[in-house]
Parts: sequence; structure tokens; C-alpha cells
Amino acid sequence: MAGRLYTKSHEWLTVDGKSVTVGITDFAQSQLGDVVFLELPKPGRKLDAGESFGVVESVKAASDLYSPVSGRVAAVNEQLAAKPELINSDPYGDGWILKLELAGDLPTDLMDEAAYKKSTESQT
Amino acid sequence: MVDFGGWELPQQYTSIRDEHIAVRKAAGLFDISHMGRFKVIGEAGLAFLQSLLTNDLSRIGRGRAQYNLMCNDQGGILDDLVVYWGDDGFTVVVNAANRERDLEWMRSHAPSSVEIEDRTFELALIAFQGPRAQELLPAKGLDDLPYFGFRPGQVAGVSALVSRTGYTGEDGFEIFVSADLVGEVWDAILKNGAGQGVLPAGLGARDATRLEAALRLYGNDMDDSVNPYEAGLGWTVRLDKGEFIGRDSLGRIKRDGPARTMVGLTTAPGDIARHGATVRSQDRAVGSVTSGTHSFFLGHPIALALVEVASLRVGETAGVDVRGRQASAEVVQLPFYRGSARSAAAPAKS
Repeated sequence: MAGRLYTKSHEWLTVDGKSVTVGITDFAQSQLGDVVFLELPKPGRKLDAGESFGVVESVKAASDLYSPVSGRVAAVNEQLAAKPELINSDPYGDGWILKLELAGDLPTDLMDEAAYKKSTESQT
Repeated sequence: MVDFGGWELPQQYTSIRDEHIAVRKAAGLFDISHMGRFKVIGEAGLAFLQSLLTNDLSRIGRGRAQYNLMCNDQGGILDDLVVYWGDDGFTVVVNAANRERDLEWMRSHAPSSVEIEDRTFELALIAFQGPRAQELLPAKGLDDLPYFGFRPGQVAGVSALVSRTGYTGEDGFEIFVSADLVGEVWDAILKNGAGQGVLPAGLGARDATRLEAALRLYGNDMDDSVNPYEAGLGWTVRLDKGEFIGRDSLGRIKRDGPARTMVGLTTAPGDIARHGATVRSQDRAVGSVTSGTHSFFLGHPIALALVEVASLRVGETAGVDVRGRQASAEVVQLPFYRGSARSAAAPAKS
């Protein structure tokens, strides 16, 4: 499995063959504050890279979630329905959001950790 | 940190959820030094405040505080504030975002014998709020301080002015202390409460607790286009006390009845109705949400809305815009939660 990749819209992904796991970054969760609810797609739905697939609602605001790749939703993290706070407490672990079955290639505009870190430093 | 009327304030110290629960179960410590603090100086201070504000200060006396509104000639609310009647005169605490406008308004209406001094930057203000606030405050001689009472005392060995007031619906204290000593007092209160569930609490917890208690927030729930009767604050208007700014208009509004009224809404988990969201009664728009958040303590979202009078009654179902679709909301009795605050004569009454 390669290292974690990042989007400009603050999702992260890990790629294992055709299986892609998606969440939101630690930076994103800290900006959102306490997450109270997620609106997520059903397994089976097809998503294009950059397509909005759901909403994360925090105490402060509702923010759209965007699919980092094109593919089919293979699984959603069912635990988040009862425990949305996992997004805050463990954004890269138990707070994962979706598993996608990758269709085609990875987009070319994904960032590695160093590039993402640099991009967030200009936003704080 | 977020900008709040020009002050940098933490939305949360650790987690809004934890801080909110701390205020409801034990006590939370808020830094509210951003609130404007004015000293009203002069023999004519009482007469001046009576002519400026809607509530009747002759109903209280020295050593008491009173929730009050400042209105314009049309009866629109310029600010909500608390007047503290101390041994050395009156202190007025106003909303941070309104401080400069209030100061100008007050000075332009004050007689030459009354001076308004802005003390905001000399005196810090912190609030210790929760059902265990009295037990856990490291202070002596404050146990018998009545609700909305106000007097000098020692907190953590430091001289302070202490009032039994707050903005959370819980029992608690607001502590005025010299800005150069507030860090010491802050640390001592947290140290004393360590292991007892006491936490420092930020703006997020402050907003959630005040909203559960249905305490209005200026700039969200009301502004100068809203009058006290619409905001559910008619109980602060004493038309019989004598002349004051806005009295004629407010008398007319009371006689004719206000056009709008404040209602409480609850929605299903996840459906947070935000400020400005349209509220509907059977598909007809009747008003909009003024404040909305998720209540970690109650386990569902809550909202205040300003709607046409008699359009929605307690127990009915309303529609409210959430993320571009219509969500179902239940109209409920206010406040959403009644905490340990002692008296029904507090602003919690609506």
C-alpha cells in the first residue's frame, strides 16, 4: 500500500490495489470542530472524481465531501452514524468515511503529505 | 481562534462537546472579557439610565444587577445589557460588537453631569457557570449571594466584584477582576476544579448553553429591526416607570400586539437549522431561524426562530430549510433546558 494522498478539498485517501479508503484530514476536522452528523451515500453508488458525495455537519457549519477518485462505493463506515466524533478523534483511523472501488486511474492532482502540509500552512 | 467583535476568542479549548457537558454537569470557566464594560459616573446616573433603558432600576437597589434593553425611538433593540448597581455607582456590561455604538449612543443622550467611562480594557471579566459552581469556586463569603446579587469579594485570594449572574441557564458567578490579576484567578479556579469535571469553556459551549436556555443573542436573535415584544423580552419593558427612549412606540406595539414572535424548534439529529433558514407552516414561509446549533446535552439540534404571530404553536410541526431541502421541525416550549439558575426572574424567562 502506498502512503496517504490528499486533495485540495481536504480529503485523504489510501490506495490498496483497486480499493481506495477515503476520509477527511486532521486539518479539516480541526477547522470544522466537533462533528455531529454525516450524510453519506449508499454502497453501489458510482462517483466521479471531484463529485460531492455527502455532507459533514459540525457544530459550526455544514461542509460538502468530494470524492477524490472515480469509482463505485464499496462500503461506508457504519460506525459514524452513532459515533460521528470518530472524525475528530481518529480522522486517519476509525474515522474513515468510505471505501471505493477505483475505476480508471488516480487523478494527477492528488498531493503527497509534504505538498498537502505546505498547502494548509498558507490557510492557517 | 475566531474573531468576535474584534477579540480573538477560542471556539473551544479542547472540545465543544466536553466543555458543554462540563457546564451542565459540574462547571465551566468562560473568559468573557470581550464584553464591553462602562462605568456611569455622576449623581444623575440613576435618572439617566432610567431614561435610557426599558427595565425599571427602582425595582432593584444597591448590590443587585438587572437585565435590561436599550431601544431606539421606534422601539427597536439597540442592545441587551446588564446593569450592576454597586457601592460606587453603576456598571453596564454590553455586547462586544456593539461597544462603540453603545458608547456613542449613551454619551449623546447623557446630561452634562453624567460621564460614561469605558473600562473594558482595565477590568477582566470571567464567568464560572454550572450546577456545582458555588461548591467549586475557590472563594469565601459568596454562598449567600442571591441570584442577580452583586458585591465585592475575594476569589482565590484576589479582590474582585462578583455577581451571581450568567448566560448559560446554570447557577454561577461572573467575576470582575483587574486585568493584570485575572490569569492568577483563572488558573486557581481551574486548579481547584481539577478532577471535579471543571473545564475552561469556549464560545461554542457558550453559544450552545445559552441557546438551550433560550437566552437571546444580539446580532443573531435580535437587532434594531426587532422589538422586545417580538423577541419575547416584553418582561424587561416597564412602560409605567416614566419616560424613556422608545416608550411611546413600545406602548403602541404592546397595545396592538407584535407582528412576530420567537418560537423554539427541535429537529432530528443531523438536521441543524442555521441562522437565516426559512421556516414554514404548511408550505407557507412564516419566518426564519435566528439561532441554531446541535445540542450535545439534549442529543438533537435546537433552534430559535422569529415567525409571524400565531403561525406556529407548541406541539405543531413546522418545516425548516436544512442544506437546501425541507426538514421537519417540532415547535416546542422555551427554554429547551432549564438549568440550575435560581430565579424565574432571570433572562431565561421568555
